[in-house]
This record gives sequence, structure tokens and C-alpha cells, in this order.
Amino acid sequence: MLITEQKLRKDIFDEKNESVAIRVGFGLGLLEAAKKDERVVGLCADLVESTKMEDFAKEFPKRFFEVGVAEQNLASVASGMAAMGKIPFISSYAMFSPGRNWEQIRTTICYNDVPVKIAGSHAGISVGPDGGTHQAVEDIALMRVIPNMIVISPCDSVEAKKATLAAAGNDKPVYIRLAREATPLITTEETPFEIGKASRLFESSKTKNSVTIIATGALVFNALRVAQKFEAEGVGVIVINLSTIKPLDKKTILEAVKETKAAVTVEEHQIAGGMGSAVAEFLAQTFPVPMDFVGVNDVFGQSGKPQQLIEHYGMGEDSIYNAVNNVLRRKHD
Amino acid sequence: MSNLSDDKICELEQTANRIRQSIIAMLVSAGSGHTAGPLGMADIFTYLYFGGMSHDPKNPKWTDRDRLILSNGHICPVLYATMAHAGYFPLEELETLRQFGSRLQGHPHREFLPMLENSSGPLGSGLSQALGMALADRIDYGKQSRKFFFCLTGDGELNEGQNWEAIMMASKEKVHNLIVIVDRNNIQIDGFTEDIMPLNSLRKKFEAFNFHVQEIDGHNFEAISDSINQAKAVYDMPSVIIAHTIPGKGVPFMERDYRWHGVPPGKGPEDFYKKDEQNAKAIDELRSLGGKIKCGDK
Repeated sequence: MLITEQKLRKDIFDEKNESVAIRVGFGLGLLEAAKKDERVVGLCADLVESTKMEDFAKEFPKRFFEVGVAEQNLASVASGMAAMGKIPFISSYAMFSPGRNWEQIRTTICYNDVPVKIAGSHAGISVGPDGGTHQAVEDIALMRVIPNMIVISPCDSVEAKKATLAAAGNDKPVYIRLAREATPLITTEETPFEIGKASRLFESSKTKNSVTIIATGALVFNALRVAQKFEAEGVGVIVINLSTIKPLDKKTILEAVKETKAAVTVEEHQIAGGMGSAVAEFLAQTFPVPMDFVGVNDVFGQSGKPQQLIEHYGMGEDSIYNAVNNVLRRKHD
Repeated sequence: MSNLSDDKICELEQTANRIRQSIIAMLVSAGSGHTAGPLGMADIFTYLYFGGMSHDPKNPKWTDRDRLILSNGHICPVLYATMAHAGYFPLEELETLRQFGSRLQGHPHREFLPMLENSSGPLGSGLSQALGMALADRIDYGKQSRKFFFCLTGDGELNEGQNWEAIMMASKEKVHNLIVIVDRNNIQIDGFTEDIMPLNSLRKKFEAFNFHVQEIDGHNFEAISDSINQAKAVYDMPSVIIAHTIPGKGVPFMERDYRWHGVPPGKGPEDFYKKDEQNAKAIDELRSLGGKIKCGDK
């Protein structure tokens, strides 16, 4: 069952639950952050509307900069602004920022250790019809290997807003991963959010919990649906929303995994180097358990409907369900 | 017509000569690093730190200082040496260049030496950073900003496409207090710039992007001073000073030879001197040059 203290939405599992694109939360968060703190500035690489920077740009024209289709310049101009005391948010599609400008992010932002906030929109395979060129499924890996960088992948629009506000109040470089498609709302304004803190959203009330699903981004919803299905079948499953991928909330992960002694990670990203890898790096050193990884398995995406692609590339509810069964079997072998 | 007195020019020439000697000494001590570019840019760095910039070595974080953003970080021996001679840190520290734990990293790192404005090394990003700093300052002060943002870049570095992204935007934003100084020394690691990737007319390129363009002899203090004064007076566009310099300037056996781009004395080509003689000969050349400077060493 859903954990009450998390103050999640009551209609999560309803047929007619409410869906909003995660990127929308970024736009709202940026506007609010800018109203609170005049040091907040915004820069965009010719994608103001689709990265949801437009409301900010209209409200604060003097603090908004259109950089043109030039993501390398985007990152380094922001670095210069941050060196002068600003809190710059930069936005583009994740494929181009941090995809194209990785070295500028590494050297001019992280090596300088300046508080630039990178919003990578249209991340994941659910970008859909635009096809593989535009489906960033490598960005978590690219960002989490850089020292000083914080990596956040919100599960819904409400959490994205909180993450954006929290990023504005943090003096480190931050990457916020956003998705294009409307995503069912899970959290509410009252749901706690803190950078670096994972949250347990679901656990069995009746039976012993036997698998921990650690999910991030829009797929947290799928993970919850699978957990509910297992609960109906009498199998206890914990679901953790790992919205901050770096730094990793080791305590929350370890508590759950010590309880279940099996784990499945779920992300809309390459399995190699992603969130699951981060969890595995930690568990392998502290508390090794049977693990399975739901994600993209070393292939590029293609055009299609978001849901169709999620299922085809092995991240649908059936794939998560099978992964849970897989670790359950291995645990008892 | 220069606003520099003969005495001031003389003082600058002597300072630049001492900085060049420090560059040779620190590179020898490090056993690796870049020689040609730092020697070639010694005059411009000397002018900036001993007259051209508003700054305070005793208060490196002074808010209203001018900013010097070094884009081609590999020429940092000249930056470190000039800063030490200007009083930012003790001259003895120069010997730690490239050593473990040193504040003087092989390429500048602001976390090790916080008095730097930026970290650099990977080429092509400094201009964007300088532009960002100038734009941030404009948010706070508008056109009333009294700071100048000097971006020092190399000609080979202009191969990097990111520069041209920044140049377009600087022009779009009419960032009047951004002054780019290009070290036009015609060499890069693999050879002469016009063989590796021709830049052709940098003047025409920058003019096409709506920059205020000046070309100068980068070893003539009057020209350096006049061009910087003129750039500071430009109101509605960014400025570039294309400084024609001689790589290896001051040490004749290194001058104009691209093979001295990335090696220290003691590891360079042996056309004139064996490796084990290069250090002493370089210092000899610079000392005798010091004696030839018209007013003598004061």
C-alpha cells in the first residue's frame, strides 16, 4: 500500500488519474525561484517553449538570455554568470545539453564548481515520434560521473517543481532530468522532498516485503502499479522513488534492501552507467543481493508512441513484473 | 602617440624580461609544460597586470576588479609568473608548477588557486565564460558597469567552434566591456596555424561578426596600451585586439619555431643547443636582452 506519511495523491491508481508533463514543473519552479531570488537567471538554446522556460522569460526579460542553437556556449556563458554570483538555469533537450556540451559542463561548470543548474528536457525514450536522435538515454551516466555534480530525476511534475526550487537554493552544479510526455501525478505539494533523500512510497502492509524496486523518473508510476499487482498476489514489494541519483541516499536504500534481500532498479535510461549502476556500485560493496535492471539494453531507440516504445524496449509494467519475479527466484535458489 | 612615459615603458620592458626568466625557470623545474606561448604573451600580461587592469593583488576578490579570463590555459606559466611578480603570491611558489599538491596546476584550476577567475585548459570555452561574466555584470549595473572583462585566447584555439558561438552572442548582446585579445602567433601544436587550419583574415572574420577590431604588434608596449585604451572607449560593441606576437619571444633559438609550443627548455629541438644547454642558454639570452633594454636594469 502507499505510505501515508508521503502524502501521495489518492487517485494514483484510478483510470482517470491526472497527468502533467514533468517539464511543466520545471517551468513553474523556475518562475517561483526567480521571484524569490533575483540572482536566478535563465538561458536557453532556442527551445524556450518546449523546455518550459517561457513564463520565466516573459516575466524576467532582463534575466533571460536566448543563446541560439549553441549548447556549448550555453553551458560556459552560464558558468561565467555563476562566477559573478548569479544562479543560472540552462535548458535544452537532454540530448544536446548535457549531450553535446559534456566537456563544457565538466570543465567550466563542475571543475570551476559554480552553481549552474542544467535542465535536460525530453530525456528518455518516451520522447516518442522524434526518434532515436532525440531520445537521451545516456544523460544520467554522463552527469553522475562528474565530481561536484548533483543529479536529480523527478518522478512527476510536482516533484520537478520542488527539485527546481531546491536546486536554486543549492550552491552546487545540478542536473535536473525532465521528460516530454504527460506523466501521471504521484506526489502532492505536501509530499516531502529534499535533495539527496530517496523516499519509500509503497510497501506491503500484510506480508513480508520480499523485493525492493528502486525507480526514478516517470517510471516510478509503473513501479507502483507493479507493486500493487504483487500485493494483490500476496507478494510484498517496496517501491523507492530515487529522485536524487547523486548523491545517493544510501541509508534509505540499505534499510529497504536489508529487509527484502533482493532489488530491481527501474529507469528510462541505458542500463550501463545509469541509476541502476549507481545502486549496484553501492550494494555490491555493502550488501550484495540478487539484482535486476530494467532499462534500455545497449540499443538506440526509434520513432513510435511513447507507451509503445517503453514496452518495446523493456521498461513496461510486464518487464518490471518479470524482473521482480526473476530476483525472487534467484533469491530462493 | 602613447600615454606611456619612457620611464614606464622601460619599467614594463624590464618587468616582462624578469617574467620571461621566471617562465624559463619554472618550466625547467617542472620538466614539462609550454614554452613558446608564455614567452610570446609576456609583454601583454605584463601590461595588463602592471597598468592595463584595475586589480589589487592584496585583495584578489575585490568586487570591482577587472577580470582576466585565460582561455588557452596551457600558457598559464605566463599567468602564474606575472601574478607572482605583481604580488599575488611569493615568487618561490613558481617552482612548484605542475608538482603534486601545488596551487599551480599544469592547467589553471580555480579550486587550487581561488584568485583565478576561471579554470581552463580544454580550448575554446574562455570567451563564453568572459561573455557570461560581462552579461551578469550588465544585469547588475547596465551600461554603467565600470569593469572590463579581458579574455585572452590563442589563434590555434579559434579552431574550436564554441568560440564562434560566443562571438555571435557577444555581438548580438553588444557587450561593450568585453575585450578579447587573440595571441596571433601563427603556431599550434602540430605546426603553423595556416597549415593546420587556416584562419585567413582574422580581422575580416571579427569585423563580419560586428566586433571592433584592432591589430597590433604584441611586443610594443605603446601599441598594447593604446589599443587597450581604445577598446575601453568602444561603447556599443565588443572589442578584439589581434596581437601579433612571436612565439618564444626573447629567446632567439626558440622564436617562431612551433616545436617549442609544448615542451620546456631541456626537452626542445636541438638545432642550436643540446638539451642540457637549453636552460642556461635561454636565461643567458634573456639576461643579455635585459642589458640591451634602453634604460638598463633599474
